[in-house]
Amino acid sequence: MSDNSIKFPMRTPLGRVRNLGSAKGGTHHWWMQRVTSIALLPLTLWFVFSAASLAGHSFEATQAWIARPFNAVLLLATIGLSFYHAAIGVQVVIEDYTRGELARQGGILAVKALCWILALMAGLAVLRIAV
Amino acid sequence: MSRNSDLRDATYVGLRTDGTRILRPKSPHLQVYDMLQITSGMSIGSRITGCAWTVGLLLMVWWLAAAASGPAAFANVQWFMSSFLGMLVLFGLSAAAWFHTLAGLRHLAWDFGYGCDMPAVHRTGRIVLIATAVMTVLTWLVAIIAWA
Repeated sequence: MSDNSIKFPMRTPLGRVRNLGSAKGGTHHWWMQRVTSIALLPLTLWFVFSAASLAGHSFEATQAWIARPFNAVLLLATIGLSFYHAAIGVQVVIEDYTRGELARQGGILAVKALCWILALMAGLAVLRIAV
Repeated sequence: MSRNSDLRDATYVGLRTDGTRILRPKSPHLQVYDMLQITSGMSIGSRITGCAWTVGLLLMVWWLAAAASGPAAFANVQWFMSSFLGMLVLFGLSAAAWFHTLAGLRHLAWDFGYGCDMPAVHRTGRIVLIATAVMTVLTWLVAIIAWA
């Protein structure tokens, strides 16, 4: 197979140099899904058990927990990575199951906008308590 | 069959043996696969729990925003989270979160080239299901101890 691709190149010389396919993006989307998932493994473990151990805590106790620098930083990382991972994950689902360019692109952009707004809201809340 | 609204649909058009046209499924669709099979069941389960968790992130945003805005808003969150419906949603979310995390770990192992043979796929599938139950119970044990 590799012999044939040398004899009959289907890619332009520039494309070969850049090492990217016609989509121009290569494997970036796939790669980022994996990178964020690896980062989210320890963060999720920490967040789920932290949230569980905060059950029934008062307003003041919860604020004090969020305000601790260690917790605030990990919360910001969890928020950013979760919404990034969620946005590109839902994008794949939309690409797989929607018909029509308008529905596909409109859906993807709407999800991305929503994820941005929610991530900013959550991040601002953490900063307001912690700073 | 209606007219194609998407150019890409052209590659999915097939013919039945009687000559009528039919649209082939594009991606793993629920009606095509046996959902009791652990392979396809885990696959679609991973997607569904991912989507559920994405919606569940709304609860996290609400919780953080309420904690930032004041005791009255925070009391609303606590009222919902401790209600029957709230507990049910949180329990479902915690199970979905663990399933998606553990199934994701299985996918990462596949990406590294481990566990791709069929016996391993069946075995790790069952392990993910059992580990999801164990982690969910553990999470709620922590929550109940913190609550008491």
